[in-house]
Amino acid sequence: MPVLCTEPNIAAPDDFYELLIALHRDLTHAQSELVNAKLVLLLANHIGDTAVLRAALAAARQDVAAPGAEA
Amino acid sequence: MKTYTNPVYAYRRSPDQDGTPARRPVVVVGAGPVGLAAAIDLAQSDVPVVVLDEDNTVSVGSRAICYAKRALEILDRLGCGERIVRKGVGWNVGKVFHRQELVYQFDLLPESGHRRPAFVNLQQYYLEEYLVDRVAELPAAEIRWENRVTGVRVRADHVALTVATPDGDYELHCDWLIVADGARSPVRTLLGLEADGQVFRDRFLIADIHMRTDFPPERWFWFDPPFHPNQSVLLHRQADDVWRVDFQLGWDADPEEEKKPERIGPRLRAMLGADADFDIEWASVYTFQCRRMRRFRHGRVIFAGDAAHVVSPFGARGANSGIQDTDNLVWKLRLVLEGLAPERLLDSYDVERSAAADENIANSTRSTDFITPKSAISRVFRDATLQLARRHPFARRLVNSGRLSVPRVHTESPLNTPDRRGEQFAGAMVPGAPAADAPVTGPGSSWLLDYLGQGFTLLSFGSAVAPPAAAALLRDRIPCRVLQVGGERDEDLIVVQDVAGLLAQRYDGKPGTCYLLRPDQIVCARWRSFDAAAVRAAIAHATAHD
Repeated sequence: MPVLCTEPNIAAPDDFYELLIALHRDLTHAQSELVNAKLVLLLANHIGDTAVLRAALAAARQDVAAPGAEA
Repeated sequence: MKTYTNPVYAYRRSPDQDGTPARRPVVVVGAGPVGLAAAIDLAQSDVPVVVLDEDNTVSVGSRAICYAKRALEILDRLGCGERIVRKGVGWNVGKVFHRQELVYQFDLLPESGHRRPAFVNLQQYYLEEYLVDRVAELPAAEIRWENRVTGVRVRADHVALTVATPDGDYELHCDWLIVADGARSPVRTLLGLEADGQVFRDRFLIADIHMRTDFPPERWFWFDPPFHPNQSVLLHRQADDVWRVDFQLGWDADPEEEKKPERIGPRLRAMLGADADFDIEWASVYTFQCRRMRRFRHGRVIFAGDAAHVVSPFGARGANSGIQDTDNLVWKLRLVLEGLAPERLLDSYDVERSAAADENIANSTRSTDFITPKSAISRVFRDATLQLARRHPFARRLVNSGRLSVPRVHTESPLNTPDRRGEQFAGAMVPGAPAADAPVTGPGSSWLLDYLGQGFTLLSFGSAVAPPAAAALLRDRIPCRVLQVGGERDEDLIVVQDVAGLLAQRYDGKPGTCYLLRPDQIVCARWRSFDAAAVRAAIAHATAHD
């Protein structure tokens, strides 16, 4: 059964991070939001597997409590 | 309206209005599509039925316009399908635009060999008029116009109604009450019952316009078009060169102002061109909700259609699901009335149609969340999806302008008999699925579904069922007719030929394969070989006898 990989998996992590930040250079906040959303959708489609996507959604939400919710 | 004049159905005094209260087996409240379908279905099986309606005409305005393939097949069984299809506009293709660009298109019925298209668009007033005409052909059914239910008292063995008429009030008793009086359901309110759910904070303008044009008969949906920026627009063709245009307005729009022709005209001219030639037939501003009653059966009172559950219009899941409600209910009620099934059979109506309502509400809510994003980030993802959809096929699957009505497959139904261990079937005809149609030749129609009738049917591939066994099944208390696919004709058997090979394909039919179909044409059991005892046990199970 496929699981969400959370061990290091990106070949050149610093390169990727630089590209990610560069992606948003010169964009307004609204444009950046749009680009990020497109990126999420593209990567989600590449993964495809619902169990992995669910695990990623849960991991992304971890440590982020809605206002008013108990931490 | 130029193209249609509402008929006026006269109030007539009934003998039931004099003397002691009459007792009727079934009363239906509401002469809309759902109530009328229920009445026709009951009367076709010779169950006397009285329909009470507070009004004296059919729907004012076009309202529900998209009738899905499954609903059309049910309307065929009710003797109205052909007239509806001939008058209406059939369509299979939908197109979705973002701004000026076509982002994707879908074909809802990509395969041939079906009698009915994915959808037929027809104004609700025509549908109701045809159903009223059909009721008039059936001696067991009667519609009482200008009969408004003002009181409901549920007793142990009957329901007592108070009915207001132009001649004053009268009392009417019935064994069973079918409530099909619409989303605001006065009877539901009289009984103190509620439908819970979600109200969406958005307003939509519906305009029906009469216009001669050569647009194709397709469903066109725009997100953020130049002629109506930041909102959505939906276009449908109806009969008589009438077009339905549906403009999203936003929550702050003033419903009374937006209904005025001087407001609607400029919106339409922006869309259709400054010199477009059209007349406004009817307009309405609406909000919508997704709600359902927790239970559809309350003892002898059974709710169907919008009275039981409401959805947003995106997906055409309102009238279509209501017609499927009565399709599911009526045969069960008939068996209970005839003493051939216990009352608990009616609980399966609640189980099956609740599952269908949940599916419809989930689909409709998802469409609405896409069309009317509720938060800033929801809007961002919606716009991201639309932008990606222009270039990338995967994103087209995420675009949601309405997931159009398809019948619920009742895999969870307590009436299903599970497949025998070791017996394998390919295809979609699992227990709980509505029977797929296919072209056939035979003694009557050239479509399979026309041979299924009002009772149980055993669809048998090859000559597995000997004529005496078929004759015996037909003589049972709950009769089952054998419909044989292929082979020679015999007196006790109806034989059809699988002319296009599509029956064998759709049912994975091999010599010996048998499908048991309920009176509502839903598969409830199947086998790779005929066994009369197994068929009888499955019928007993499908009628709540075990």
